[in-house]
Amino acid sequence: MKRDEKPSLMRGSHIVAEAAVRAGCRYYFGYPITPQNELPEYMSRRLPEVGGTFVQAESEIASINMVIGASMAGARVMTSSSSPGISLKQEGISYLGGLELPAVIVNMMRGGPGLGNIAPSQSDYFQATRGGGHGDYRTIVLAPASGQELCDLTYRAFDLADHYRNPVLILADGMMGQMMEPVRFPVLRDVQKLPKKPWTITGAKGRKSHFIRSLILDPGQMEEHNWKLIRKYEQITDQEVQYETFKTEDAKLVIVAFGTAARIAKAAVKRARAEGLPVGLLRPITLWPYPKKALRELSKHAKHFFVFELNAGQMVEDVQLALKGDADVFFYGRPGGVVPNPAEIARIISRQFFQKEIV
Amino acid sequence: MLIKTVFAGFGGQGVLSMGYVLAYAAMIEGLQVTYLPSYGAEVRGGTANCTVAVSNEEIASPIASTPDNVVVMNNPSLEKFQHQILTGGVMFLNSNLVEQRPVRGDIIVREIPCNDLAHTLGSDQSANMVMLGGFIQQTSLVRLESIQSAISDVFKEKKKAKEMNLKALNVGYDYMKNREENA
Repeated sequence: MKRDEKPSLMRGSHIVAEAAVRAGCRYYFGYPITPQNELPEYMSRRLPEVGGTFVQAESEIASINMVIGASMAGARVMTSSSSPGISLKQEGISYLGGLELPAVIVNMMRGGPGLGNIAPSQSDYFQATRGGGHGDYRTIVLAPASGQELCDLTYRAFDLADHYRNPVLILADGMMGQMMEPVRFPVLRDVQKLPKKPWTITGAKGRKSHFIRSLILDPGQMEEHNWKLIRKYEQITDQEVQYETFKTEDAKLVIVAFGTAARIAKAAVKRARAEGLPVGLLRPITLWPYPKKALRELSKHAKHFFVFELNAGQMVEDVQLALKGDADVFFYGRPGGVVPNPAEIARIISRQFFQKEIV
Repeated sequence: MLIKTVFAGFGGQGVLSMGYVLAYAAMIEGLQVTYLPSYGAEVRGGTANCTVAVSNEEIASPIASTPDNVVVMNNPSLEKFQHQILTGGVMFLNSNLVEQRPVRGDIIVREIPCNDLAHTLGSDQSANMVMLGGFIQQTSLVRLESIQSAISDVFKEKKKAKEMNLKALNVGYDYMKNREENA
């Protein structure tokens, strides 16, 4: 991939916005909420420069429905919000799933439940991976852990969405959105050269009509539609799992963490390694599909798993499901927007080795 | 190596620019760097701060619960951060606006009359760059030339501000250098 020669120093929300524009996103619809207002702010200035359209909608619900419209017409389109706002968009996300429409949705998570606060949290894991909306649908969920990854995963999200005709969710948090890191952007894509979409609704003059709907009253036909979706989800599960491992080769204990928590966990692993403890890190990059096979593979030599999340214990359930009771699973979380330091996590690692007599 | 610095002061004193220029200079040197501005409700109260972490390996957290350096440009910042700074850490304070002095004896204090020095340049608002000059002279966190390139890049569209900031940077740098030589 061709990239800018010089790095840029930008905050996470701006990185996501610029990466989207580079990927060919020309439509953005959203409604303000802290801590991600810098994203629509950036889009409002940037999109007109590339012939795109920015609309601040009257509500979250309006904005996700505008996304549905732009996507039906074939555009690369994005919306973003933070936890309570994403809750409001869930009906529309379910529709995107049922209608098989590509779109990129960004959630800069904040502390909750309810209105919560504006501090970084990971408490929307269940909502993101299980679908906060109704029905048997799935969204691809990407969890970046750095400025560069915010850029690269956003850029890739548009390709994934188009390829599978499926909504893709970027799950980051208030800290990722505010923090600045150097980033090297891929060059701007020529929108004219993006793969053609043969299914869009663009006026049927001179061709057969296209029909996109999620209302299918006949149960037999609805079942057929559901099985079609499920086959697509199976294909995504087969082909799109992404994760990073760090020092897991000889690890007796493996930390599992994503996003901001994984950064802290990685530093904790380095500290524990310096003490001579055989510990490693598995960082899921796709939260759905989940790297279950990788976990099972690791459980052949690691019998202890330590799940660390900035919530009260959500992803830990996926780890338990993957390991099927074959290994010991320990959870430690900090909900509500608190970000602990690596020393705290390193202490817990040492204690696990001592208490469980891991040798 | 992992060094975390908090820059704190009133909104409008340029504390966020100080941090941004430092982070930009670290990026020029190819170091790992994160910059985290304070945001949300506290920003609306008139005080602003940001944290810059510089390292030669991946940075876990951009937050500093115990910063190595704290730069305070006003009184409230001194009160807020003097108890967070690491033992043996360095506090840089703007002696023109900070009346109190830290009560702790386990930290190093460096005083710079930023506003007076900026005033002699005829640019009161450059007090932040005076401070940054002194800060770099003492910490050697990045090279002076990298900060100069950073300022040139960040302010490339504002020629006057660029020239003034570069001057102010040198004034702060020389002030600390002379103090060291005369000590």
